[in-house]
Amino acid sequence: MFSYIVRRLTVAVPTILILIAISFVLMWSAPGNPFMGEKAPPPEVLANLEAKYGLDQPYWKQMLDYMTNVVFHFDFGPSFKYKDRTVNDIIAQGFPVTLTYGFWSFVVAVVFGIGLGIIAAIRHNTWLDYLAVGFAIGSQSIPNYVMAPILVLIFTLWLGWLPGGGWEGGTWDHLIMPVIALSTSYFASIARITRSSMLEVLNSGFIRTARAKGLPSGRVIFGHALKPALLPVLSYLGPAFVGMITGSVIIDQYFSTGGIGQFFVNSAFNRDYSVMMGITILVGSLTIIFNLLVDILYAWIDPKIRY
Amino acid sequence: MKLKSTLLATSAALLVVTGGMAYADAHATHPVTGEALASDQTFTYQDIDESPSIDPGMVEDVSGSAVARNLFEGLMNQDADGNLIPGVATDFEVSEDKLTYTFHLRDNAKWSNGEPVTAGDFVYAWRRVTDPVTASPYAWFMEITGISGVGPIMAGEAAPDTLGVEAPDDLTLVVHLDQPLPYFAQTVTHATMFPVPQAAIEAHGAEWTRPENIIGNGAYVLTEHVPQERMVMVRSETYWNNAATIIDTVERLIINDETQAFTRWQAGELDLVGVPTGQYLSLKEQYPDEIYSNPRLCTYYYAFNMREDAPEWLQDVRVRQALSLGFDRNVITEGILQAGQIPAYTFTPPTTAGFTVPEVEAAAMTQEERVAKAQALLAEAGYGADNPLTVDILYNTSEGHKSIAIAISQMWKENLGVEATIENMEWGTFLETRGSGQFEIARAGWCGDYNEASTFLDLYSSGSGYNDSGYVNAEVDALLAEAKTSPEAQALYTQVETIAAADAPIMPIYFYTSVGARTAALKGWPDNNVENNWYARDLYLVAE
Repeated sequence: MFSYIVRRLTVAVPTILILIAISFVLMWSAPGNPFMGEKAPPPEVLANLEAKYGLDQPYWKQMLDYMTNVVFHFDFGPSFKYKDRTVNDIIAQGFPVTLTYGFWSFVVAVVFGIGLGIIAAIRHNTWLDYLAVGFAIGSQSIPNYVMAPILVLIFTLWLGWLPGGGWEGGTWDHLIMPVIALSTSYFASIARITRSSMLEVLNSGFIRTARAKGLPSGRVIFGHALKPALLPVLSYLGPAFVGMITGSVIIDQYFSTGGIGQFFVNSAFNRDYSVMMGITILVGSLTIIFNLLVDILYAWIDPKIRY
Repeated sequence: MKLKSTLLATSAALLVVTGGMAYADAHATHPVTGEALASDQTFTYQDIDESPSIDPGMVEDVSGSAVARNLFEGLMNQDADGNLIPGVATDFEVSEDKLTYTFHLRDNAKWSNGEPVTAGDFVYAWRRVTDPVTASPYAWFMEITGISGVGPIMAGEAAPDTLGVEAPDDLTLVVHLDQPLPYFAQTVTHATMFPVPQAAIEAHGAEWTRPENIIGNGAYVLTEHVPQERMVMVRSETYWNNAATIIDTVERLIINDETQAFTRWQAGELDLVGVPTGQYLSLKEQYPDEIYSNPRLCTYYYAFNMREDAPEWLQDVRVRQALSLGFDRNVITEGILQAGQIPAYTFTPPTTAGFTVPEVEAAAMTQEERVAKAQALLAEAGYGADNPLTVDILYNTSEGHKSIAIAISQMWKENLGVEATIENMEWGTFLETRGSGQFEIARAGWCGDYNEASTFLDLYSSGSGYNDSGYVNAEVDALLAEAKTSPEAQALYTQVETIAAADAPIMPIYFYTSVGARTAALKGWPDNNVENNWYARDLYLVAE
């Protein structure tokens, strides 16, 4: 197990380096320039700007300098667009926001998703099952860019219960709508995966044996069926968690949270190279880490898996 | 030292007390109009995106300039109609030869740390913007101010201290121009020309504009800034005219989605928002008193690529004329945009100060006459049913630009038999493609940097960096050069516009309006300021 983790981590480093290299190449091949606007700066100014951000260096040197700063100083450089911020500042400000609403969305999605999935499986082919499945499909088919304005219409405009956006340090009333809007589709997927995998497990031999031994229903489900039934859910949760905590541009855009998703998308439009790279590396690293965590959890839950 | 700090503390306390009294009074009724004022004077408004910078020397967007106007103050300000009124300077004199401007600064203008605002602060700020080392995206603005020495400094050939601006004493600022410029005094209201605090910039570098570091001389001080979320400004107790300020707090919220912003305005969370595209008419019916549409100093147009390597038909003035005449601008303004925009047949907006729009033929014709003439011109140029003209329209990705491009291409097809393809590009790619002249017809928009026709017409000069058409006309160049010093500049501007209307290097489409929704309680908005320069200290909220 230990050697497996070491092996996975060793692979992770070159993976991230390759990610950086590919992002760099893609960035360069996109036409445009971070300093170009409707009114182009005078040539001397442009030259100074390029020198300031190191864009006058050959590509290999830029990449090398960048990687050195990231790896040895954990410094992602200054933002090309926002003059008084560095990428580290932007991540330090935006990531906790995203992490907060992403984490709560994850909790909500997991608790309600698994709960609903189990209920639907136990009460298979009853009205409860149909209701749960209908609810899951319904919420999955409403994308969050539709969900967000509907929530605002109801809770802000009609009922006047919640502020229509903003973050203000992340008070609970600013958290509710982003969490609902972000967790819905994840919750629906989790419910569907849990339901089908639970159904499969409930029909397997060892559950029949447990029932035949006269074990109470609760123990059969929670003591024997749940653990194997959760395996497929688990492999979904790793990427889902990363997806949630690295933010959604839709959530950031509709609720003006100041989260990292907004910066990510804008950085591409603004050709804000350093912000784009910084967030790419952040998301890439988190994806690798959480996929590894899921694999470790797998081994812990499923005795059949040994690394 | 001890004595000094006690003195400072006492005067600060006095300031707070007197400021506090004015504040309490102000809350009862408006000193001029006598209207009852709301007890909570917090003005909350929406901007669509975060500004790259709020440093006056670096600011490059309209919304960032608005922030700078609240946190800083230039030599002169604008009133609700766009006229010059005193700012840090009480008045100024112009020399006989119109080459020297002498500004007299008020002695009670203060930075937010209590230090006096001096003429030296302006000298520092203007040298800083011009210096290519600063790499200000608005350095080019210094060029159009005509201050002597700008060119060589920007080219890196002369030191910044050779700039033609000096401070003989703390309260006198003398500016030398290379040539008389009729609009020079206008330029000092622009954010690029505001003073900046040398000590704070030297101490904190680019981070001097953060709330914990910033020092301003405006009516407000920045207390909070969360990028992409919010900015909070509160009234400055050191501002020389603080007693007249009514709005206590200005909150700027960044809301990217215009529909969402409007919903939040409906819910009472904001005092001022933009109106979602295409919804002006229906919302105006619902909120007749709150929704407004004001003229703006901006023109929407298509540029024809007249460079030598562009397709041959683009060199033919008859084809350019025909395309410009061959579609109905009212379909664009009334059918698509629907927010009071004005069809344009010439480039400079009619609201530009002092400018007389020439009587061009196209503007006077009926649409049937325009189409008939366009058909005749196109036939003359050798295009018709057997030899249809094919053109390509390039625009930057946006639903609004797309609707306009589709409408125009459809009308061209129906009226002239022209086959137009439309192509969109994401902003950065678009700028590069258009800038390098790799297009046939490209969308463009231009807003005046100051309220005088030359801010538009300079784009027709062959040397302009924004002459996307690559238009070269020696007569236009000569007239524009003459206008810089002529007392009859306005007549020359009208003449340039007449020539350009005949040459058709561009195809003007409409003049912009600025459309928004504001709460009925918000008063003092400068509806007649075509540059949309608003100052929060002129606004107030009345009791409802």
